[in-house]
Order: sequence, then structure tokens, then C-alpha cells
Amino acid sequence: MISTIASFINAAIIQGIPLLFGSTGEIITEKSGNLNLGIPGIMYIGGISGIIGGYLYEHGNANPSPILCIIIPFLSTIIGSALMALIYCFLTVTLKANQNVTGLALTTFGVGVGNFFGGSLLSFFGESGSISLIKTGLAYKAKLPFAESLGLFGKTFLSFGFLVYLAIIIAVVASFILNKTRVGLNLRAIGENPATADAAGINVNRYKYLSTIIGGAIAGLGGLYFVMDYTAGAWTNDGFGDRGWLAIAIVIFALWKPKSAILSSFIFGGLYIICVYIPGLSSAAKEIIKMLPYLITIVVLVTVSARKKKEHQPPESLGLTYFREDR
Amino acid sequence: MSKNKEAKVHEPLFHIAKRSGMVWWKAWLIRGCAILASLIVCAFIIVLLTKQNPIEVYISMFQGSFGTKRKVWILLQNIAILLCISLAVTPAFKMRFWNLGAEGQVLIGGLACVACMFYAGDKLPNALLILIMLAASILGGVIWGVIPAYFKAKWNTNESLFTLMMNYIAIQLVSFAITIWVPSGSGVMGVINSTSKSGWMPDLFGQKYLFNIVVVAALTVVMFVYLKYSKHGYELSVVGESEKTARYIGIDVKKVIIRTMVLSGAICGLAGFLLVSGTNHTISTNLAGGNGFTAIMVSWLAKFNPALMVITSFLIVFLQRGAGEIATNFRLNESVADILTGVIIFFIIGSEFFINYQIKPRAKHKEGK
Amino acid sequence: MGTPAIELKNISKTFGSIKANRNINLTVNNGEILSLLGENGSGKTTLMNMISGIYFPDDGQIFIGGKEVVIRSPKDAFEHKIGMIHQHFKLVDIFTAAENIVLGLDEQGRYNLKKVAERVREISAKYGFEIDPMKKIYEMSVSEKQTVEIIKVLYRGADILILDEPTAVLTPQETQKLFSVLRRMRDDGKAIVIITHKLHEVLSLSDRVSVLRKGEFIGTVVTEETNESELTEMMVGKKVSLNIERTEPKDPQDRLVVKGLVCKNREGVKVLDDVSFTARSGEILGIAGIAGSGQRELLEAIAGLQHLDSGEILYNDPKTEKTENLRDKTPLQIRELGVRLSFVPEDRLGMGLVGNMDIIDNMMLRSYRKGKSMFLERKQPKSLAEKIIADLEVVTPGATTPVRRLSGGNVQKVLVGREIAAAPTVLMAAYPVRGLDINSSYMIYNLLNEQKKRGVAVIFVGEDLDVLVELCDRIMVIGSGRITGIVDGKTSTKNEIGLLMTKTHGGDENEQK
Repeated sequence: MISTIASFINAAIIQGIPLLFGSTGEIITEKSGNLNLGIPGIMYIGGISGIIGGYLYEHGNANPSPILCIIIPFLSTIIGSALMALIYCFLTVTLKANQNVTGLALTTFGVGVGNFFGGSLLSFFGESGSISLIKTGLAYKAKLPFAESLGLFGKTFLSFGFLVYLAIIIAVVASFILNKTRVGLNLRAIGENPATADAAGINVNRYKYLSTIIGGAIAGLGGLYFVMDYTAGAWTNDGFGDRGWLAIAIVIFALWKPKSAILSSFIFGGLYIICVYIPGLSSAAKEIIKMLPYLITIVVLVTVSARKKKEHQPPESLGLTYFREDR
Repeated sequence: MSKNKEAKVHEPLFHIAKRSGMVWWKAWLIRGCAILASLIVCAFIIVLLTKQNPIEVYISMFQGSFGTKRKVWILLQNIAILLCISLAVTPAFKMRFWNLGAEGQVLIGGLACVACMFYAGDKLPNALLILIMLAASILGGVIWGVIPAYFKAKWNTNESLFTLMMNYIAIQLVSFAITIWVPSGSGVMGVINSTSKSGWMPDLFGQKYLFNIVVVAALTVVMFVYLKYSKHGYELSVVGESEKTARYIGIDVKKVIIRTMVLSGAICGLAGFLLVSGTNHTISTNLAGGNGFTAIMVSWLAKFNPALMVITSFLIVFLQRGAGEIATNFRLNESVADILTGVIIFFIIGSEFFINYQIKPRAKHKEGK
Repeated sequence: MGTPAIELKNISKTFGSIKANRNINLTVNNGEILSLLGENGSGKTTLMNMISGIYFPDDGQIFIGGKEVVIRSPKDAFEHKIGMIHQHFKLVDIFTAAENIVLGLDEQGRYNLKKVAERVREISAKYGFEIDPMKKIYEMSVSEKQTVEIIKVLYRGADILILDEPTAVLTPQETQKLFSVLRRMRDDGKAIVIITHKLHEVLSLSDRVSVLRKGEFIGTVVTEETNESELTEMMVGKKVSLNIERTEPKDPQDRLVVKGLVCKNREGVKVLDDVSFTARSGEILGIAGIAGSGQRELLEAIAGLQHLDSGEILYNDPKTEKTENLRDKTPLQIRELGVRLSFVPEDRLGMGLVGNMDIIDNMMLRSYRKGKSMFLERKQPKSLAEKIIADLEVVTPGATTPVRRLSGGNVQKVLVGREIAAAPTVLMAAYPVRGLDINSSYMIYNLLNEQKKRGVAVIFVGEDLDVLVELCDRIMVIGSGRITGIVDGKTSTKNEIGLLMTKTHGGDENEQK
């Protein structure tokens, strides 16, 4: 029984990590007032960029070094997803385009790019079959050496690849920066009231660009985790599924707080796979359980709007384009 | 978010101002240029991927849409469905209600439709069954659309996030229904009533898709008239422009929000019906196939004008079909269509800036210090 | 008098076709309070926004401490120790006072809110503010918010403070407190500019007065050497007799009887307090008062747009001779009762009209419901639009031009034209000539007079006392949500009304001469 629970917790964490990267990235983005609905696309790009980087290295080298196996895809992912976020910023901040439309177009584009390269990368190099980066996958899945020796605790909480810890660290650091530093204060002010921030001498556009690009890069790491650790270096088209949207749901569920996003992600991750752990569950009931994360998110959204507690609202200018001379 | 305090000297050489309006032909010239530029970029991408002459590639794209009679019909059918959903989201957008839930509303409409086919197929006369299916689809779409609208009206709950979540609930409901209806556990629903064709929309003049196309064509005209010439259409534009003005002239804003989302959901439900009864005769979670999101872009690119939406939906479907053709001809992945769609939309979205704003060079100014 | 803190030379700024500032020269010295005086729309705020980095001048030079500087952004302004307190507070609601105060600041050392709070308390003690640095803005009163704004600029070490209409939102006690704080800052050597259009404040507070009129610099005088009438003359130009026609009301009847209205805002403060009056047919009832004294709430309450806590609004129908209570009815219900109430709101494009719609569609706002058909009828609105364009000389390319593209005066003509076309029995107009040129203003006065002659009960909220005195039959004065007096337009003087306006509003500060 205990071991089942432990393995459930372990699996929930594994499922939760892509969501945590995505939701932390989106929280940072939304704090600047940008509602980036392109996050699902960015996460696909993050995944495929990592795959491409990894493929180019692993297949061009007879004896790839594990360190470079990690660094090259990692940087590819960061660059790929940051570029996506840059497109979003250029359109919404500089060209003042509608955020919803831009975000959705970005998702279409990102999923397209992901599936396109996922499906045809090998054929570009005259190979066939499906992508599998065994060595890169192994490098990403490398566990702490002493995890196994710590018994159940070690198995449940310490037997992950490094991206898991990175996700949690990023969320904690993001929380610290948002709440305890000047930069965070300025950023939150922009999401609440860009005109005020502007008047206070904060460079609104620069913050919007930086937070969205950093947020995008973090979200992209969720894609990287998925392809390198979760599926161990393999790509399946549409394999990432709707996790990007689930990450956006978590942003609401966590009330725009990165620290709450950690637990929320694990809860949502748990809900994603709980049906496997409840014995005798019909497949119909499984589908209903998979509905829960979205249902709960809606309940949270409605409750928060009904209670009108100021601290729990979305950033006030979320989704709105800022133009200084609009008054 | 670095703290580099290098005193950047960005002397404002120019400044951006809102335009007070632009002659329509200039605006369309800009949009035309944007599409042209995007096609050139797309050509680059295609050449890079296929190493073929871009003209040849465009010819093969053209063939993908118009090559055979059957392809033309498929093109028209796809346009019809995309246009139908775009028409559905338009009144809501005009009211500044971000209905990102068309995907789910279509799905629920389709689900209600399939349920009728599944349970009442062969038991009722076909005409009656189809009418019931139609009513059920519309009702399904309405329910899915009205829930977020109700909370928006009551507590100003963020509708874009709400409708987005509703999509996934709809997807799970469909998966749920399929597991019940398909005992094998394969998770795939086969074509329903494939022998009796009960609940299938009969072919019109021997053409399978003609019915859908006619319905959507009629709907386009109706929506155009509704938005431009009806009192409802007028009210929702006023609400969208300024809620304060709406209250000032005595419009019940809540009522208009709910009424408009009933309409939006109903048309999405209708799209679900057309997809199930007129086209697929089955359901999967991918029934709307992303059209719920693409429709948002179609509607927005056409400035919420149903007549222009015919053109924008044509453009997007043409691209998708053409890209599909390239994909098969040059043995590429069909997702290339999504890439091209994305690029073109980026360009058109970006071009709006030059229509709405102008960049003025700063008048003479002496450097200080 | 100290050394010049800031000097402006030949500053100009144009918005579209409007010259907001033309070749303005201005000097502010250290250790003085300078009043920047001018009517609404004279370019005071625009000028100060250029010093604080919100706008960038089209032309001209700014000198600070004798050196020419370029101020491109609010940040540049801070670096030159300039701080502006805007009329609309620029605060983040969910932040605490301390957080708002350090917002955007690049201080050395670690970010430590406790230290910030400590310094805020120090500054408060020095100048006599009362503020809790850890209180959230959304829990604060207006005057507390203003205090936060002032501390914000002091915290940044500002030596030049600009305050845009700081007393518009304050109670008399709060105004006094503010003035004593400002005096203390002056004695501390700071240069202070206060933008205002209230003469008594200018005279009681400032050392020198600079006057702007219609975007032009008129002159600077030492307060001790001037008086109210000289300043007025500088502000409005040569004293013109307005020559607005005023006829005797014909057969006035009680049309609208308002009794004991009380209206509280979200914070529970009474914005209308026991307001009672009667508007009669065939006469113009003027409403005078300092901006934000409850005028907007009063009109909106009558129009059915404002919830009331108590009181009643009785309408005597001239046709049926029945009396209806309009309280808590929606605008639609009011119209369905057959009450022909027209309302020209203060916010023309945000409330009265839809900017993106053309003139025809804006005409329909009032009338589109007519008829049982579910479709719109555009013929009548079209001919109405054309009639208004012709009769009121609206300058527009055509009836299908979006209203947003018209100039302010033409927008107002469209709005007033539509409201009058509804053949009202009660016509309410809030600041109908604000921002309008002389000709357009006179046209509006004539329109109001015409309505009066037709037996309409006209309610006119104005800010220009000369106009009120010449146009209105009776003038009701409102101060802090209370009626402080109703006087006869023919016999009353500007002074009398001015006194009533400030009756509950800082009597001591109000030095009538």
C-alpha cells in the first residue's frame, strides 16, 4: 500500500514537472500583463528544439559526452522557445496586436513546427523510423547517485533527472524575485497598472519583453523535460498533448503564485494519472477524472471573481495592450 | 531583467501616434502587402524544405485545392465548416467577449448529435431524427456557450480563460461517451448507422457536401444582416464599444451578453451538427480539428465582417489544403500547413499596426547638454 | 526669493491640430510656491507633463539649475529631482503605500520594505503627514492616496514638486493640512508648482502666479501685488460681457421634484447628501460647484444610472398630469413611463456617443428601439443626422464619418443635437461647453435657450460662473454633495456663488476680496 502511494507520488511529480515549467513561465509572463496563449506552442517548440539540438550532436558524434548531451539540447530549447516568445512580444508589445489572436496563432505555429520537424527530421538526413536519442535521454534521466540507497524516501522524492529539481528551483526563485525584489515589484506593477509603472520611470516595454521571453524559455524547458526525460529522448507527434493548456489552467488555480504552482502542478499531474492507481476503475470513470483539473480550475476562476478579493485577481491589465498616449 | 544602468541615449527620433482613420483602400493595400510579404517568406521556407522551385510549389499548392473536382468539394466543405464556426464567434467578439471555447461548443454540439444518432437511430423516421439531432446539437452548443456568459455577466469572470477550460471538459465528455458507446475499448467510434444511414444528412443533388455549403452560405448572409441591420446586432456593438454608453441608453448589458453567447453557442452547435450528420457520421475528440481556434483568427482578420470572412476562411483553408498537397508530393509532414498558416497570420496581425498607428519623425530637436 | 530651479524657454506642443502649448516661458525658483493658473484646457497640465517626462516637447528648451536638459521619460525627470503629483493618482491598488513609494526606484543596497517604511515615517514626521506605510492603497481614502503620491516624490529626493489640481478631491480640513505641508516644504527650500484654476487658493498659498490662456503664456505676477480681478482678467482675457440672451420663464411648472437624495460611493462616503430641489419647465436651472462635488452623481441618479440610498425623484408628466417616482428605475424603464428625459453627459465619447460608430448610428442610440421590427430603421436617423449637420454647422466629411474623427466641438454638437431631437421635457447637460471654442459655445447656449422657450426644464451644470450668471434663471450651488444654496440668476453675483461653492469647502482658506 505504502509503496503504491509512493509510486503514485513519484509519478505525479513526473507528470507535474512539464506543467510546472509551463505554469511558472506563464505566471512570469502574465505578471507583465501579457496573456500568452502561445505557451502550448512554445512548449512544443521547446521540445522539438531540444530534440533537434540533441539529434545533431548525438548523431554526428560516435562517442557523445553526457555533459554536452545535456547542454546542447538545453541551449537549443532555450533559444527556440525564447525566439517564439520574442515573436509574441514583437507583435503584441511593439506592434500592439491583439494578445489572444497572437497567442493562438503562435500555438498553431508552434505545434505545427514541432510536429513537422518531429515527423520529418529523420527524412532530412536520409534516415527512417522514429526519433530516438538514447544517450541524450540517459543523460537527462541521470539520477542522484545516492537516491536508490535512501530507501522509499529516496525512491519517491530523489530519483529524478536534474530538470525536476530545476523546475522547483525556478519556481521558488521566481516567487522570490516577484515578491522580494525591486525587479519583481516593478514587474507586478506593470501587470496591474502599466500607466502607473510608466510614470514611475519603469521601462514598461523592456520589462514586458524580458519577462515574456524568460517566461517563454522556462515554459520551453517543460517541453524539453517531456521529450528528454519523460519519453527518454523520443518524439511522438502530438505526444505532448494538451499539457500546455493545463499549464495555463494551473496559473489560475495557483492564483498567479509560482510557489503555489509547485503543489498545484503535482496535484494536476496526479489527477492526470490517478486512474492508473485506483484499482477497478472503468475506462469511463477515467475520462471523468481527467476532466477534474479543468473543472476545478473553473470553480477557482468563478469563486475568485465572485469573492473579489483584490489579492487573488488576475493582474488587472492582463490581456490589454499598453499604449502610453491612450488616456 | 538585468540592472545595467548604462545611460542608454535613445533620443526619441520618432514617436508613435494613433491614426484617426485611414482610407479603406490604403488599409487594404497594407494588408495586401502583408499577405504578399508572408507568401514570400513562406516561399523561402518551402524552398528551404523542398529545394524545389517555389513557383512549382505554389502550382502544386493550387492543385491541392483545385486539382480535381473532389478536391474542390473538399475545399468548399472545409471552408464551410471553418466559416460556420467563424460566424459563430463573431457576434461575441464584436461584443468584446473573448469566446475561445468554440472548439468545445462544436464538440458538445457534435456529441449531442451523435447521442441522438446512437440511441434513436433506426427507431425514428429519418427526417424527424435529423430535426431532433439538429435541435440537440444547437442546445448542446448553447449550454456550453451560456455557462461562461452567465458568470461573465454576473461576476465579470474572465471569459477567455473560462471558455478555454470548457474546451477540455468537452473533450473529456466526448472521450467519456466514446468509452461507453464503444465497448471494445478501442476508444475510436466507427461510422454510426453506416448501413441504414439513419441520421445521415441526405445528399443534395448527389453531392455529399452541398448541404453543408448551402447552409453556411445562407448563414453568412443571415449573420451579415443580423450584425449590420438588426437591433440585436446594433446593441451588441454598442456593448462592445462601451458598456457605459450601453447603460446610458438603457441597454441591459447582462441580457445582451447572455443572448449573444446563446447565439454564438447555437451556431457552434450547428457546426457540430453539420460535421456529424453531414460529414463524418461519427465523433472523435478532434471533431473540430482546431477550427475553433482558427475561426478566431479568421473572424479577427476579417474585422468581424461576415462577407470578408468568406475570403479569410478561403485563404486559410486554401493554405491548409495546398500545404497538405505539398506534404504528400514532396513527402513532408502535413504539419507544414500549420507553419504556413502561422506565418501568414503573424504578418497580417503585424500589418494592422501600420493601419492603426502612424510613426511620425520627431521634428527638429537639438541635443541637450 | 531663491535661485531659479527650473526655466522653460519657448516650449511648444501640438496634439493633432490643437496647439496645446505655444512658445511658453516660465521660471520657478527654489523656495517658492508658484501657482500655474488657467481655465480648463488652457494647457497647464500639458506643460507640466513635459517637465515630468510624460510628453516630449515639439520645440523649446528646459533648463534645470541653469543647465539645459533633455527630459525623455519620467525617469529622467526623477534624475533631475522633479516630481509630479498627477490629478489622477498613479498608484497600484493592490500594493502597500511603501511598495508604491519605492516603485521604479533604483536604490543602492538590498530591497528592504521595512527600511522603506522607516524612511517614509521620517519624511512624514518632517513635513507632518499621517500615513501607515503598510496600508494597501485600495483601503485608503482619497487624501491618503494623495499623501502617498507626495511622499513618493519626496522619497525620490525631489526638489521640484508639481501638483496638478491637488485640492479638487479634498475636504476643507484636508486642504488646509495639505497647504500647511506645502508651506513647510517651501520653507525647506523646495520649488513647488501648483496647477489650479481656483483663485482663492492661488491668493492664499502661492508666492507668484503664472497664467496660461489657450496654450499661451500670459504673464507672471507676484501674489502680494495682485488681486482677484487682475488674475481673472489675465485668465479669461479682457472682461467680455457675454451677452447671452435670457428671457423670462413662461408659465413655469414643477417638472422634476427631487427630495432628500442620498448616495454613497463604494467606500461608504456620501457623495450626495440630502439633496432636494425642483426643476421647473421653461427655465434653466444652473448647477455650480467645484468639480467632483456630486454633480455627476446627481445627474446620473436622475437618469437612472446611479443607485440611491434614499430620497425620491418625482416627475410631473405635463400630458397626463401624473406623478412618477423615477428612483431606482433603469433608463429604459424611465423611458417606458413616457418620461422624455434627455441627458448630455460629461463624458461625451465614453458615454454619450460611441466613437467608432458614424453619426447616423450615433443618432440611433436614442431611437433604435422604435417599432416592432427586429431590424433597424436607418432612414430617419440619416435625415436627422443630416439635419443636425446642417442646422448646427457640424464640420464633418459626411454623416457616415465615425464620431471619433470629429473635433471636440463638433462631437458635442452631434450629442446635444441628438438629445434635443428627442423632444425632451427635461434636458440635463453636464459641462456642455467644456473644451469648445467661443462660437460653438454660443451655439450650445442658444440651443439651451431655445429649449427653455419651448417649455423644457433645463438643468445646466457649468463651471464658468460668468456663463452661469448670465444664462441661468436660477443657480443651485453644490458643495461636497450638499446643496449650499439656490440663488436667482438675475440678481446674484459671481462672488456670491463663489462663496457658496466653498461654504463647506475650506472656509478659512477662502479669502474673498
